Amino acid sequence: MIRLEPKGEDSRVMSRFSPVIAIALTVVTGGILFGLLGKPPGASLYAYFISPLSTLYGVSELGVKATPLILIGLGLAIGFRAGVWNIGAEGQFTLGGICGGALGLAFYEIDSILLMPAMLVAGILGGMAWASIPAFLKTRFNANEILVSLMLTYVAVLLLSYLVHGPLRDPDGFYFPESRLFHDAAMMPNLISGTRLHWGVLFVPLGAIAIWLLLSKTILGFQLKVYGQAPRAARFAGYKEPRIIWFSLLLGGGLAGLAGILEVGGTIGQLTPVISPGYGFTAIIVAFLGRLHPLGVVLGGLMMALTYIGGENAQIEIGLPSAVTGLFQGVLLFYLLACDVLIKYRIRIGSGRSARV
Amino acid sequence: MASSETSSGLTSDGAAYQLELTSVTKAFPGVLANDAVSLKVKPAEIHALLGENGAGKSTLVKMIYGILKPDAGEIAWEGKPVDIAGPNAARALGIGMVFQHFSLFDALTVSENIALALPAGHRSDVDGENLAEEIARVSKSYGLPLDPAAYVHDLSVGERQRIEIVRCLLQNPRLLIMDEPTSVLTPQEARLLFETLRRLSSEGCAILYISHKLQEIRELCETATILRGGRLVGTCDPREETTQSLARMMIGETPLKPKRDQATDAMSDRPVRLRVDGLSVPSGHAFGVSLKNISISVRAGEILGIAGVAGNGQSELMEAMIGEVLCDLPHAIAIDGKPVGKLGPRKRRELGVCFVPEERNGHATAPGMALSENGLLSADKRMGLTRNGWIDEGKRNGFASDVVSRFNVKTAGIHAAAGSLSGGNLQKFSVGREIVQEPGVLIVDQPTWGVDAGSAAFIQKALIDLAASGAAVIAISQDLDEIFAIADRIAVISEGKLSDASPVDDVTIEEIGLLMGGIHRGDPGDTSQTRPGGGAS
Amino acid sequence: MDALMLLLLTVITAATPLLLAATGELVTEKAGVLNLGVEGMMIVGAVTAFAVAVTTGSSGLGIIAGAAAGVLMSGIFSFLTLSLLANQVATGLALTIFGIGLSSMIGKGFVGLAVTPLSQLDIPGLSAIPFLGPILFGQDVLVYLSFVMLFAVSYVLRKTRIGLILRAVGDSHDAAHAIGYSVLKVRYLAVLFGGAMSGLAGAYLSLAYTPLWAENMTAGRGWIALALVVFATWRPARLLLGAYLFGGITILQLHGQSFGWSIPSQIMSMLPYLATIAVLVVISGDRAKIRLNAPACLGKVFHQTK
Repeated sequence: MIRLEPKGEDSRVMSRFSPVIAIALTVVTGGILFGLLGKPPGASLYAYFISPLSTLYGVSELGVKATPLILIGLGLAIGFRAGVWNIGAEGQFTLGGICGGALGLAFYEIDSILLMPAMLVAGILGGMAWASIPAFLKTRFNANEILVSLMLTYVAVLLLSYLVHGPLRDPDGFYFPESRLFHDAAMMPNLISGTRLHWGVLFVPLGAIAIWLLLSKTILGFQLKVYGQAPRAARFAGYKEPRIIWFSLLLGGGLAGLAGILEVGGTIGQLTPVISPGYGFTAIIVAFLGRLHPLGVVLGGLMMALTYIGGENAQIEIGLPSAVTGLFQGVLLFYLLACDVLIKYRIRIGSGRSARV
Repeated sequence: MASSETSSGLTSDGAAYQLELTSVTKAFPGVLANDAVSLKVKPAEIHALLGENGAGKSTLVKMIYGILKPDAGEIAWEGKPVDIAGPNAARALGIGMVFQHFSLFDALTVSENIALALPAGHRSDVDGENLAEEIARVSKSYGLPLDPAAYVHDLSVGERQRIEIVRCLLQNPRLLIMDEPTSVLTPQEARLLFETLRRLSSEGCAILYISHKLQEIRELCETATILRGGRLVGTCDPREETTQSLARMMIGETPLKPKRDQATDAMSDRPVRLRVDGLSVPSGHAFGVSLKNISISVRAGEILGIAGVAGNGQSELMEAMIGEVLCDLPHAIAIDGKPVGKLGPRKRRELGVCFVPEERNGHATAPGMALSENGLLSADKRMGLTRNGWIDEGKRNGFASDVVSRFNVKTAGIHAAAGSLSGGNLQKFSVGREIVQEPGVLIVDQPTWGVDAGSAAFIQKALIDLAASGAAVIAISQDLDEIFAIADRIAVISEGKLSDASPVDDVTIEEIGLLMGGIHRGDPGDTSQTRPGGGAS
Repeated sequence: MDALMLLLLTVITAATPLLLAATGELVTEKAGVLNLGVEGMMIVGAVTAFAVAVTTGSSGLGIIAGAAAGVLMSGIFSFLTLSLLANQVATGLALTIFGIGLSSMIGKGFVGLAVTPLSQLDIPGLSAIPFLGPILFGQDVLVYLSFVMLFAVSYVLRKTRIGLILRAVGDSHDAAHAIGYSVLKVRYLAVLFGGAMSGLAGAYLSLAYTPLWAENMTAGRGWIALALVVFATWRPARLLLGAYLFGGITILQLHGQSFGWSIPSQIMSMLPYLATIAVLVVISGDRAKIRLNAPACLGKVFHQTK
């Protein structure tokens, strides 16, 4: 029988290492899975985790995929620290893309350097607006933010689909459900030619540093942490619950919205029915993998970005089904949650009673 | 010292002991809760298990009741060694237990609660009418009135205890364990309980009575086993001991009673620092107590003690004082003449009130956070620990170090998590954090609840010193001894209403007891109708 | 008359998966466990049921496999949350992410295939009653089962000792432990039951509702089922009302065009999600009622030796 003994104080060492153990276990599980699928485990794992990084293009794609994951993950980490479970980042991302993208399309003929910044602002506001719905319903009506934010994701995706099938459809596009391609002024400039990496990637270090300062140096960040860990102590201190909920959701929504417009205006270049391969959900894993710490989120985002491009690469090189990516992500989160037990508890194997003296 | 009867398993008159523990040991990470403790309970005896908080009494009885497993040692029941696998096994043997923190289900009815503790297939299972009848029979014959169809969340603490007792009695126990049963009762209710227990004993049921209250042990018990720091100190006949000699065995040395200096000037000349005027707060949740028309005034240099049985509105009063729940009227609470009824906790602190809520883990402190960070919770504004929203780490750490050193908090350092401290040390930190801020008004709820004697005396002295320096102090406490030791005046809270305050020298324990039971001076005071304080009426 | 009957029949098909999954989740939550992985268990149940039905040609085996897949999924959840004390919210999300990935992998070879829809089990004689007959007595086995399980759960919770113990564990796990009940055992069983029911809900989708396999075919129904439990304030009878209400809304969305409404299909498709939000707002606003009915230990970690 396995028993868990509380350690009293969280282990700082295990807190750093449990993600590493979880990743290692996921890789081992992946190898076994590939074997079961009849693929050579070694070559498959190489194709999945190593060879995508052997070219400049591969590394740049890592940045392309990691940018939205990290930006969303930073916002979610703040929310999860505060115990505010915003799991509708996918919807906020979509709204960011829609609002920023619509602005770009509305000023299609205008060639101004202000257009792109305006689109970014519109994207951020769009994400914040979408996140303000669960914030309002939670603070005003006590409605569960998990379910509300998630339901709004479905609504957002349907809204995007409606727009690219209708009002925002390219008039010269032969009824194809896509918008026009953005004008140059509505596109994020390229950072490295020959790749899809754009200047938007610079929001990652900016965002990570800002969130780190917020969490570790300001009283506001402290309030969020207290509210998440010990809500009664937060009430004792006099921290206002609605303010914390609004702040967490607006910050998360704004960052997701920024990620959305960067994806649309930096990587894709137009509005299409699908603008995200599930970034909003994968970012939940990123936040946990990064231990809800900004630096961890950056590393976690890179790791999860690798599962995306690794999945594509393994599909091309080895013929592995692309669904493996989602599976890997789920398994990684399971292992991570299981390994977290090592932070708070000591595992003892044996019966509950030691030998009688 | 330990009983001289050594013949294994037999009492002096040759009968088997009802229960015999031999060298029972139980360790938790970092604590040796019971170190080779032995205990012998004769049939039909009322046996006290005496010790202060943290002496290991609860751990010992949890092993008897099968909730915990001993690491070493033997348990014998009616002369035969037994292995008590769990509470079900204990009940099958004939052991019943009434917990200090009741094991009741708020959302279920009285009869459902009782059915859950009966073995499956008991002749009156689940909602059968048999069970209701049987509850009625037992509760009538032992004077423990109960409505089987009532929901537990609607019942008073005294009524809840009756459920626990009836639940045990339905199984005809041979040994009944009572864990600190009077801590939730008025003195009058406690006397009724003693009658029930004596009656049970006369019918052949042994009783293991856990307490740290010396007077009631001398009144009730025939034998006492005394624990200190997890070790057996001795066994005695409490009727032949004095309160002082029992206290010495329990604590080791006579604790220093905090001493109050007589006030030099007349209290009535001093300014009122805190005034509460007609404070009414409807209960925010289904299971809470509403506060009704509460008025208090406390002057500089004064300690007002608020007594009462747990669950009569103390935590609701504390929430309203802190500002976690706001009042409808700004004037309901005034600090130094300034109305604060509609201000939140932070604004109230700026005006000079500090608070120590009852629950130190999770309410007064965030257990997962460092002591240094916990200092920020209530002191950031008053002590200037932040500037424009940025935390000044130097000042933050300095403040926490100050509290730790001035209040003698034993800890690995200010970066240790609050949850890693012992109860007494965390309480000293929680009280110290507020007193170091030099408040004009301090409101504390159960300042020494569950704290070792040394820390308790330290905290009581700190409260007295604070008042002496000119602050007004309110101490809400269930411990009447504590209130009589530190307070100038005393008021009693019952069912959300607060009695008038009287100088401690003018009231007797008996009068306080009646007030705790909801009977006010001048009421037709028939004690036989004493009803325990209950939920909102 | 025929049009109305057809409409009612389709409402039943839309409501059944919601009712099955919500009944299971209600039992899980009554025991004090919040499993947010309903969507994941449902979709794995759907793909497993479909794959087994296609491979063996037997819908019966498909149904059993769907339930078994749900049990396995909930087994992962219960091991992580109950034995390893992981956070229930995070683990539930992980279960959904994992389930969607796993289902699309299993389902890869089954896209575009078809099975014979689950056959109707006409109750002889009764199903011939005009109008009411086909509605009440001409359904497939899972529709009947959804009713049987709902009534069984309602009865067990109110009238039996097992139900009493389950409610007790959800109300106060410490008290239940103190008087000798195995909190872990009760919770494991409740979670596994919830998994089986979600698996059946998935099986209904892929074997009777569509009947085919498509990625993400559950389309948020697992989440709606979770919201239904809140809507029902943890009372089985109101679950029935909620499931049929949502079934009706889903059908409204499908039939909007045939009524001649000129609302774009995407906007109509938003209806069930918007309705879920509306329902949550209406029910949750009454905090006192929620607190009175919600299992007091919902979502809290139970650690035995504390």
